[in-house]
Amino acid sequence: MSGDLRGKAAAVGVGLAGIGAAPGYSHLDLTAQAVKAALDDAGLKLSDVDGLFASNLQNVFAPLNVGEYLGIRPKVTEGTQIGGSSPVAHLLWAALALEAGLCDVALICYGSNQRSAAGRLLSPSTAEPLIYEQPYGPRYPISSYALATSRHMYEYGTTREQLAAIAVAARGWAAMNPVAFMRDPLTVEDVLAARMVCDPLTVRDCCLVTDGAGAVVMTRSERARDLKADPVYLLGCGHAHWHRQISQMPDLTTSAAVDSGKRAYAMAGMGPGDIDVLELYDAFTITTLMFLEDLGFCAKGEGGPFVADGRIAPGGSLPVNTNGGGLSCVHPGMYGIFTVIEAIEQLRGSAGERQVKGAETAISHGNGGHFSSEVTAIWGTAATL
Amino acid sequence: MSHPPLEGPDARYAAFLNEGRLCLQRCDGCERHVFYPRVLCPHCGSDALTWVDASGRGTVYATTVVRKRPEEGSAHNLCLVDLEEGVRMASRVEGIAPEAVVIGMAVTARIARQGEDAIVVFDPS
Repeated sequence: MSGDLRGKAAAVGVGLAGIGAAPGYSHLDLTAQAVKAALDDAGLKLSDVDGLFASNLQNVFAPLNVGEYLGIRPKVTEGTQIGGSSPVAHLLWAALALEAGLCDVALICYGSNQRSAAGRLLSPSTAEPLIYEQPYGPRYPISSYALATSRHMYEYGTTREQLAAIAVAARGWAAMNPVAFMRDPLTVEDVLAARMVCDPLTVRDCCLVTDGAGAVVMTRSERARDLKADPVYLLGCGHAHWHRQISQMPDLTTSAAVDSGKRAYAMAGMGPGDIDVLELYDAFTITTLMFLEDLGFCAKGEGGPFVADGRIAPGGSLPVNTNGGGLSCVHPGMYGIFTVIEAIEQLRGSAGERQVKGAETAISHGNGGHFSSEVTAIWGTAATL
Repeated sequence: MSHPPLEGPDARYAAFLNEGRLCLQRCDGCERHVFYPRVLCPHCGSDALTWVDASGRGTVYATTVVRKRPEEGSAHNLCLVDLEEGVRMASRVEGIAPEAVVIGMAVTARIARQGEDAIVVFDPS
């Protein structure tokens, strides 16, 4: 049954705006700029949009605020907020709504001016206090990921140097991406010597704090073929969540990505060996490492040695986070939409200097909360249908 | 007209702490312990949860040091402790340097005052 959605919907337009710093613009301004870019890319107009899928960290009623600003009146609207994975999660509902004929043009968008509006975001930890953790002074979300890192190091001997190699690889990709926020050279020694935030994570193990917005336009595949850009087909998408707060995570070394990945692979009829490019939500170096394990690219516990030798860096055998990721390209509060946009750019062959040659398949993996919500999407070119 | 005190599971747990007792819920259905306090067992769905005193014996499962800028005060420990009863809680280990807290360390619960609240912290056993 889940195979019924394979390849039925396609991305036909993508747009970015305000990547890095965009002082003077609101999150809705940036979102609208990204939406315009995505619609122009698709050769569609705002008035064509009848399905809206929006989330952000500034509005509890995100779809209402975004819809009003854009002046659209969607027939289908979705605003599930499960953290940074939300825009990736919206892909499944967009594909389902398109296939059911509930809408014809689905717009998935996200925007934030987190960097320029520092301290004025809707903070999940104040809007939704975690009363059994907060008395102990967590520094959300970093401290939760630091706890998971400590456990992974304890159980599997993962080292800080191996984790640093993930940040170095991301920076290597960012150096080839003209819009990436941090493009200066970075070494393992730089990562280790950076300011410690929550042991064992230094500031260079942590994602950026930037502004930025992204938008993706999707249609049914048969219509997609008549539009401007080469369609990129959604082959599979799976959701999973097992906990909200880190103290309730069953095993800090294994995320619900094992389930979201299985669901996405089953829908796509594929496995890890079929995937050419990975866009994994890298809020912290540990997230890339655990998703490589949980999505089946290496065995549990072997993520450290797997990344240590440059395998995921430019020139390595497995391209991961080819835009520079949340660590070096962009991370405006929620990074999920950017895993989608970069996967689509790679499969269109439009990624410039960082293009992975011959890429036919890609994963966009979103993470939200504190390793809490996991969403895996698999994309393919026309050759994979 | 008087009303009964508000006494959901969070309030009951806090009231026990204020009496100097660390209590957990134990499910009458599946016999597993539950933390944080709830009205339904997350293991089996039963609503028959009975308060029991905890042993207070635990092991550090994961740990970090939350670093701060100088003006924010000194660094502190944040850890997850697995209690002997099979539940995990966020807490901190006191009495030693935050960096000296290590995974696998045996620890014992103690109820401490923090402002107006009674909270559970741990000491090395």
